[in-house]
Amino acid sequence: MPVSHDPRFKGRPEQPLAIRLVHWCNAVFIVLMAGSGLQILAAYPSLGPRGAQYWWYPLQGMSPPSWMRLGGWLGGGRHWHFAIAWFFAINGAIYLGYFFASGEWRRRMFLPWRDAGGAFLQFMYYLRLRKTPPPEDFYNGLQRLAYTSVVFFGLVMVLSGLAIYKPVQLHFLTLLFGGYDGARVVHLGGLALIAMFVASHLVLVAMHPREIVTMVTGGRRE
Amino acid sequence: MSKLLTRRKFIAGAAAASLLAGCDSHPITGFLGAMKDWNQGFEGAIFSPARMAPELPPSAATPEAAFPAYFISDEMPDVPDNWSLTVGGLVDHPMTLTLDQLRELPGTAMCVRHHCVEGWSAVAAWHGVRLSDVAKLAGPRAGVRYVEFKSFDEGYWSSWDLGSAMHPQTLLAYGMNGHDLAVGHGAPLRVYSAVKLGYKMVKYLTEVNFLAANTGGYWENQGYDWFGGV
Repeated sequence: MPVSHDPRFKGRPEQPLAIRLVHWCNAVFIVLMAGSGLQILAAYPSLGPRGAQYWWYPLQGMSPPSWMRLGGWLGGGRHWHFAIAWFFAINGAIYLGYFFASGEWRRRMFLPWRDAGGAFLQFMYYLRLRKTPPPEDFYNGLQRLAYTSVVFFGLVMVLSGLAIYKPVQLHFLTLLFGGYDGARVVHLGGLALIAMFVASHLVLVAMHPREIVTMVTGGRRE
Repeated sequence: MSKLLTRRKFIAGAAAASLLAGCDSHPITGFLGAMKDWNQGFEGAIFSPARMAPELPPSAATPEAAFPAYFISDEMPDVPDNWSLTVGGLVDHPMTLTLDQLRELPGTAMCVRHHCVEGWSAVAAWHGVRLSDVAKLAGPRAGVRYVEFKSFDEGYWSSWDLGSAMHPQTLLAYGMNGHDLAVGHGAPLRVYSAVKLGYKMVKYLTEVNFLAANTGGYWENQGYDWFGGV
């Protein structure tokens, strides 16, 4: 990826060690959280309370396939989910702490006034509606949008998960998501968005395999 | 002490029986076991005896036909003749209460959301006596840390931390949505609480015991978390 031209990042690798560690831990945690979460979902694969299930949910009553699940049974899925949740949340907190303390946010965070135009042009380029990609500055606007969004999704997953886990002790949080069943909708919707991110992330990484090396070695220094 | 030993024997016997019956037993050990213990500590730490579940209007109640009614017996447990509730364990005044005697105690009602471990929720109004009021009559001794609930549903039981049992929204409920408890929902008397998952709320209640030791529970001993708070 191109350098940021920001003197603050002089000598720093493209993917600093902290980000590489958090990234690969996160890859494992997301798989474990998704698998155990789908195992829990299988016990009541519906959205909406008893007697008032939501008409708009197209997969009402459909259990996720067993190969996607982790834990073997409801209790096992719950133990995995609530165990790994701590690691997922702490890993995310380490990322956010580093993200702001190190100044990495300057070359990674989506800032609408800086990145919205570039994100749109990059999207047009991917749709073959534009012949050349817009100029990149470390990341392009669309990358910044995607990477910033997925961190936000992760935060929403932790909060909506807590809202489902403790709807009485944390009922102010549950209320924020429209109640217990609302929080389940947000939690499953968040999984869908993260799955879409991971799918497109994997496609783009397959198209630019050098970035896998960068995420292991750190890449060039600026 | 002898009581404790018999209880332990009972649990060991129950565990052996469930193995013989081919029930799945899921001992949680190693990493998951350690995290399960950690999470149970976390659940206990964030439980606040003063935090109340939001009360809902009776119009929010789930249609009763849509409110699941679980039991473990092969057939829906029928109320035994001469049913009464025994309140015992480490208490100054062990008691046996009939349904009429329970109804004569100061009662309360609450309409709250029910949270099942499976993920569904439902709403109903529950009528009964606060367990904390019954505890005042029985007089638990110093050293009581747990409350055990037993039933006539094939021996289904659960034990609770004292704090959740004494929560103002933990009832011995004899009514639901303005009428007597239906057989499917635990007639004649059940535990109903706004601060626990459904499997902790023992239906078809026969005994309430104030204890110094944790005696597990039917689902808890098969691997579900013991605290089971919401």
